[in-house]
Amino acid sequence: MKVVLQNLTKIFPSRDKKANKEVVAVNDFTFEIPDGQLVGLLGPSGCGKSTTLYMISGLQKPTSGKIFFGDDDVTELSTENRGIGLVFQNYALYPHMTVKQNILFPLQNLKGKDKLSKQEMLDRAFEAAKLVQIDELMDRKPSELSGGQQQRVAIARALVKMPRVLLLDEPLSNLDARLRLQTREEIRRIQKETGITTVFVTHDQEEAMSISDIIVVMKLGVVQQIGKPQAVYDDPQNLFVAKFLGTPPINVLEGKVSDGKVYIGEQVVMEVDGVEDQDVYIGIRPEGIEPHPQGVLECRLNNVEIMGRDASVVSTHDAALTPVVRAIISSDITVDTTAETVRFNIKPHKFFLFSKETEQRLYYEVKKHG
Amino acid sequence: MVDNKQQWKAWLYLSPAIVLLLVFTVWPIFNTLRMAFMEGYGNMAAIGGATFEFGVDNFLKVIEYKKFLQCLQNTAILCVATVPISTILALLIAVALNSIKPLQKTLQTIFFLPYVTNSIAIGMVFAAMFNIVGLKQGAGVADTWGIINNVIQFFGGEPINWINAGSSYVANMVVMIIYIVWNALPFKILILLGGLQSINKQYYDAAKVDGTRRGRVLTKITIPLLSPMLAYVIITGFIGGFKEYSSIIGIFGEIMGPADDAGRLNTMVGFVYDALERDRQGRASAAALILFAIILVVTLINNKVIKKRVHY
Repeated sequence: MKVVLQNLTKIFPSRDKKANKEVVAVNDFTFEIPDGQLVGLLGPSGCGKSTTLYMISGLQKPTSGKIFFGDDDVTELSTENRGIGLVFQNYALYPHMTVKQNILFPLQNLKGKDKLSKQEMLDRAFEAAKLVQIDELMDRKPSELSGGQQQRVAIARALVKMPRVLLLDEPLSNLDARLRLQTREEIRRIQKETGITTVFVTHDQEEAMSISDIIVVMKLGVVQQIGKPQAVYDDPQNLFVAKFLGTPPINVLEGKVSDGKVYIGEQVVMEVDGVEDQDVYIGIRPEGIEPHPQGVLECRLNNVEIMGRDASVVSTHDAALTPVVRAIISSDITVDTTAETVRFNIKPHKFFLFSKETEQRLYYEVKKHG
Repeated sequence: MVDNKQQWKAWLYLSPAIVLLLVFTVWPIFNTLRMAFMEGYGNMAAIGGATFEFGVDNFLKVIEYKKFLQCLQNTAILCVATVPISTILALLIAVALNSIKPLQKTLQTIFFLPYVTNSIAIGMVFAAMFNIVGLKQGAGVADTWGIINNVIQFFGGEPINWINAGSSYVANMVVMIIYIVWNALPFKILILLGGLQSINKQYYDAAKVDGTRRGRVLTKITIPLLSPMLAYVIITGFIGGFKEYSSIIGIFGEIMGPADDAGRLNTMVGFVYDALERDRQGRASAAALILFAIILVVTLINNKVIKKRVHY
């Protein structure tokens, strides 16, 4: 089932009647989620990602715009008639029911021609439980389960009525780091196995990047960029997207373009074509710089953090807007840690220019780089 | 642990409360036990220098007394009828109040008013409402000005003699039950509304996503999640019900019944007061202990039944 959002807008009226400041939670969001894909809505808190999810679920009504499931316009349809499964951030499992009763609950609500026999319900419940691997825990109460198990129960409850669309609100935020890794793989597996179009919301870019087919980066209600995770990472359209994606985060420095030369301070770090003379922000991915004795960018060396497989060279630069300039290198490369400074060469495909005025990406062709 | 040298300070600060408790709680409890087991004990007689033998005679006298059984029956009927009715009504009103936004605060205040109003005063108002205020010459019962009978007449019904001389026991009880239920509602609504407002809204969102009908939301989600509050309200309701007394006074006055059958609606607590009035402290103490035993047993049963149904 594809999901189409058409000019979706949500405006919350101002709480303070005198100030009369409306809050535009989601602004003119248009996007088609292809059938059977896993889509991550990504952004910092207050960016409208949860509001978007709740509008798809029908728990919130859009101020304007339309929502389609397949070819059906569901904008005016109430939640229960949309055929969605929703997993809440804190799971909202009914605490007084066992796992089995929780999973059965949506099925027992069916009426009319959809009504199932007791045996059919049990079969479906066990099938859903097996899918998320909790069929051993059916007689426990939610309070007797770990966070990860509760999460699975919530997913089973959402899946048991075979929804057209599965929605997950911050599915991993209540889990500890190890469980988070495991569960995100699990969500990916379940989504692949069921083939249900799935939308999930997260503020954790790593989470979104690792399991989504498509990510949607949002900021203050406005969609910043939509695309495959790797494509968005490699080709951010503005400074916000560049800064938001990637751990460790991108290094941002102030600079200027003059006569086709990109300056950081007094140093020319690259020669480019196609960019007018102007002040710019320069974004360099940590994996995009490597130490080199004749490197084009000189920074003050702080220290080198070795993390097994790779190492991280931490340095500072006066023009940097980020606290440190960080380079991720293979731990085989040795860096003289006693030196005061370190020089880097720059890989051009990890080097982005943004207009200082609009923070939009400036595309260029490389003439010369070091 | 408080330093030993500082302990006298702690005792000093606690002493007002301890003294009050000793004088007004511990001593009376002990004294009740003592008097209950002294055969035929009376304060005046004791002052007069009489001595009393130790024994269970007081208890036997109380149980044999016909009036006592009447009091027990009245109390039991009031309890069994009013606790379920008032709990269910309070639940429905609380759920309704919780689901509306406009006027919620105003209605909450209105529903809470009986709680802060003197129960004797309310009783007198109820008495006036159910009363037959004067008879027209030769017209008999039919011409009354009590508002309830006026309403019944307006809808073409026969007026009922609710509480006046010649009224039936059933009519008296109906009035008492209506009054007690109404009087018990505010506290229960307050507790249940507080419980409802502390239930996480996401459970309702989840139920909505799953297309749960309203009745099912109430029985399968709201009531189980409210069960601790319901248990509290039911147990305190039974305890309060067994101590019913002032409500009868409020409506029927000191005679505890219609004019032609005084004492017909007397309760256990009323029985205790009556015995005290007649300088039979021994018998009053025995009745009080019996009442205590009944409340204890009922509460234990309540606890046992409810424990199976309180879900978390």
